[in-house]
Amino acid sequence: MAESGGHSPLEQFVIKPVLATGEIGVLTFTNSALMMVLATGLISAFLILGMRRGALVPGRMQSLAEMSYEFIAGLISDTVGAEGRRYFPIIFTLFMFILFGNLLGMLPYSFTFTSHIIVTFALAALVFIGVTILAIAKHGMHFFSFFVPPGAPIAMWPLLIPIEVISYLSRPISLSVRLFANMLAGHTLLKVIAGFIGVLGVFGVLPLALVVALTGLEILIAFLQAYVFAILTCLYINDALHLH
Amino acid sequence: MKDDQPLPSLEKLDEKLRAAEAKRRKTKAGSEDRGKGLAFAMRIGVEIVSALIVGVAIGYFLDQWLGTKPWFLLLFFVLGAAAGFMNVFRVVGGLGGQVGYGRAKNRDAAGEGQDKDG
Repeated sequence: MAESGGHSPLEQFVIKPVLATGEIGVLTFTNSALMMVLATGLISAFLILGMRRGALVPGRMQSLAEMSYEFIAGLISDTVGAEGRRYFPIIFTLFMFILFGNLLGMLPYSFTFTSHIIVTFALAALVFIGVTILAIAKHGMHFFSFFVPPGAPIAMWPLLIPIEVISYLSRPISLSVRLFANMLAGHTLLKVIAGFIGVLGVFGVLPLALVVALTGLEILIAFLQAYVFAILTCLYINDALHLH
Repeated sequence: MKDDQPLPSLEKLDEKLRAAEAKRRKTKAGSEDRGKGLAFAMRIGVEIVSALIVGVAIGYFLDQWLGTKPWFLLLFFVLGAAAGFMNVFRVVGGLGGQVGYGRAKNRDAAGEGQDKDG
């Protein structure tokens, strides 16, 4: 069954143009772009429709919208403190965009744009460059003392400074690889195990049960990864604001 | 009698409310900690690999540029590995972000930290 169908577990990650055929150019509207637009639209609808009433006693949608707002506001005040309030919009946007991207990817026949490294790397590079500019703007040349561990003897500097610089440069890599690898691995695993259901006949119940369990796990990971991305952005902003 | 009645009952109610609040907070903190623990575990896995990638990339391109074939690659591979271990050490040790020792120093200054990192 599986060999005749020719469905590769990686087929779900293929980027193809929507509403048109042929090569993908610079301005081609692809399924990835479609899902991003959909995610943005859904987030806007979720927040605008949720807060439309603005009731003192919130309804279902309004309390969901307020909950997501308060979750990120709490995260920022926990990690950065009061001066982190200014960066609420960017962190909230990143969190909601990644969360909705992950969750939309869980729908059958949809496309997970966070499973592509270029998307996650663009987001991580945005955070990295923004935080670096923030730190330089706030501290000027003092920013470069960031790379010198305090209290280290000068003889150790030639060894420690490259290590610190590599450590700093590895931030966008770890931020993007973490999100992309989790989504890619999870979705591939789901497809591979789902492929066994038809082949095994009656015993296909076992992989079916596994797929149900893994789907739950994937939804948890969708939330966790968005949370991890948001909290690391907060930590980086905190580092940039309070150098040692 | 009529005046006495409301005072103790209000106090009791307050006590009960406080107990309920504390209980709720405790359970809430427990579930939150579990989520945070999972998120924490996800963070450290990638740290070593990403620092190694950066180290190797720097070494490779320096070699390409200066024509010193294996030497910078070897050097920066080791530096990248060291940076990766340092990242993990910092995350696990709760020293804030990845670069710098700010939080650890503040903690020492506050007198809370017991062990300075070596």
